[in-house]
Amino acid sequence: MAGEADVRRPSRRFRGRLRSLISEQAVATLLILPSVLAVVVFVYGFITWSSIVSVSDWHTVRADYTFVGLDNFRRLFNNFRFQIDIRNTVVFTLMFVGACLVIGFTLASLLDRHIRGEGFFRSVYLFPMAISFVVTGVVWRWLLAPRAGVNLLADKAGLGSLQYDWYTDPTVVHVTEGSRLGEALNFVHLGFLADANYGIPLAMISLVIAATWQASGFVMVMYLAGLRAIPEELKEAAQMDGANEFQILRHISLPLLRPVTLSAIIILGHQSLKIFDLVVSMTRRGPGFATDVPALFMFETTFQQNRFSQGAAISMVMLVTVSLLVIPYLIWSLRREARL
Amino acid sequence: MVVPKKSWLSLAIALVAVVVFTVACGDDEEEGTPTPSGATGTPTGLTGDLEIFSWWTTGGEGAGLQALFDLYPQICPGDVEIINSTVAGGGGAQARQVLTTRMQGGDPPGSFQVHMGHELIDTWVTTDYMEPLDDLFAEEGWNDIFPQGVLDIVSYEGHPYSVPVNIHRANVLWYNKSVLEANNIDPPESFDDFFAAADTLQAAGITPLALGDSEIFASTQVLETTLIGTLGADAYNGLWTGDTDWSSAEVTQALENLRKMLSYVNDDHSSLTWDQANQLVIDGDAAMTIMGDWLEGDNKAKGFTDYGWLPAPGTSGIYDALSDTFGLPKGAPNPDTVNCWLKLVGSKDGQEAFNPLKGSVCARTDCDASLFDEYLQSAAEDWQSDEIVPSLAHGAAASPAWAGDINDAVTAFITDPDVGTLQGRLADACVAAEVCE
Repeated sequence: MAGEADVRRPSRRFRGRLRSLISEQAVATLLILPSVLAVVVFVYGFITWSSIVSVSDWHTVRADYTFVGLDNFRRLFNNFRFQIDIRNTVVFTLMFVGACLVIGFTLASLLDRHIRGEGFFRSVYLFPMAISFVVTGVVWRWLLAPRAGVNLLADKAGLGSLQYDWYTDPTVVHVTEGSRLGEALNFVHLGFLADANYGIPLAMISLVIAATWQASGFVMVMYLAGLRAIPEELKEAAQMDGANEFQILRHISLPLLRPVTLSAIIILGHQSLKIFDLVVSMTRRGPGFATDVPALFMFETTFQQNRFSQGAAISMVMLVTVSLLVIPYLIWSLRREARL
Repeated sequence: MVVPKKSWLSLAIALVAVVVFTVACGDDEEEGTPTPSGATGTPTGLTGDLEIFSWWTTGGEGAGLQALFDLYPQICPGDVEIINSTVAGGGGAQARQVLTTRMQGGDPPGSFQVHMGHELIDTWVTTDYMEPLDDLFAEEGWNDIFPQGVLDIVSYEGHPYSVPVNIHRANVLWYNKSVLEANNIDPPESFDDFFAAADTLQAAGITPLALGDSEIFASTQVLETTLIGTLGADAYNGLWTGDTDWSSAEVTQALENLRKMLSYVNDDHSSLTWDQANQLVIDGDAAMTIMGDWLEGDNKAKGFTDYGWLPAPGTSGIYDALSDTFGLPKGAPNPDTVNCWLKLVGSKDGQEAFNPLKGSVCARTDCDASLFDEYLQSAAEDWQSDEIVPSLAHGAAASPAWAGDINDAVTAFITDPDVGTLQGRLADACVAAEVCE
């Protein structure tokens, strides 16, 4: 309506231009409409639906939307398996993101020396990224199987004493109550930390190795791009001031790479919070629940035990956790864009 | 927002197109005319499609299913086309997911494979998805032919809901004959014998008990056989009705036995499947394994003959049973063809054709023993005389949700073998299942 009033006044030529502009806009709208609709229905629509299911009493194959408030969530946080899952997610995320950042940065700063065959190495390190987690899981499952792979290699090399149980080791390393550290914790009213619920399951290390193998090349590429973007003048100036290599790294490169680090943490972090395929194909949550994760719990609870409401509650918790990581990042990067 | 009229139009067109397409595609499975004959009358001149949904794809299972398909025209004359829809993998876990989606979407198959007992009852019967089969059972005289233990397990509020085609036994201890002989050990019948034998074997550097629980049912099955072996049949049955207290001292004793059993297993159990664990027995690295009698098929496939068997410790005289059954979903297309399928599945001919191939015994008590191999003959004999109890790990004893909670408790027990914690969680699970107070 408003458009028509505008169209009447101006010259013919301008009118023609405006019309073509409108039709251009129409075409553009039309073109993005299917994907917008798909996103609205299949992403936001289903998020809404899941959140409704998560506060209902749907625990058989027949849908039941009786409102039960936060009962499902209360039961969930009291569930020992879910508590173990939270511990595992925290352990996995910290080790995985940490290892990727360290290895990725090390590789990037080594490649940044303009060594010969840089392109070759870059591809080699990046290639694992092109593989799906399922394949990675299967391959590493074989490599780290106690009766094969790495252990067999060590055995054949006459290093039989280096045998390690890898992902079949059920040990959870934790502070014991009687130990000196446990007593110290007790003294500062943190005695509850001396419990397997706050320990590190050793089997998780194998998962971290596989995931890091896959993702650290990606982090390397991010860091490499970041390093290349640092103006040479800055480094030269620092050199003139007598800074050594390490000081340049510490006081020039690292601070300037902070945005890269943040992006890497966000990308890896949200991946690891909802990891599923790697666990399923590599360890199947075992031994015990040493490598269990919320996504797997959600899957089994929903599709094998038909407890749809509890499954929806788990997925809502996962959604919120990921949002806590992603939303501040989005706000931060939008602000940054606005500033530029 | 100003949206040009044109785009609304094309959106409408697109929507219409999608709807038309969906309807056109959805149609093809509901074709086929029902026959005029009564629902359970003499099936003459059946027509239409009959879709049988199962997770039997390979080996003896696939061959057994095919034998039933081949028999169908003889017992059910007419022109019925059987559609074999199978979803492989995961001991049926994948198939059950597909089935759930289809049932919820109002698109049930003609009949589907389901474990007898609570897996069927609590998933599909209490939620009103199945037809009762009283007429069929009465007509075929099955109330006298199937053992009472089985009739109890397939029924809900006195009505049978599915027809068992076979019976597997879960409480079998399989052993490598040469390994036991070499160590002068008699196959252990009681827990004391078992633990004594296990100590001897361990001293000789042999893994006493092979376990492969990358799929958790293997551990749950050890729990279930230990419960049966310690409590006996009646008290074990009482666990599922609330008559036996999960917090009792007897259960503590059973879990103590479980803890001890699990201390004799191979270190890498969590990375193996049950058949990979059996490979350890075959290779002589391990002496024994507790597994259902489908393990015999694995021995045969691997060409291993040096095996012996007996009931798991403490469970002689008790048959820990699981069964594959078929039922009639509400709204199944061409119900007459399905009724005749159920008749075939429960018939002597059908069971005698299916079971020797599948490696299980007949659910009926009148099958011809000469069709079966040595193990199955001994199992069939036990089937006639033993007390029958429902298997937990295979859907007969508890609802999927309750069994899931027990699986979780057992899984956690593997990394944290504390009997008190496990018993507390099992008691909680019973309360959550609304069977215990």
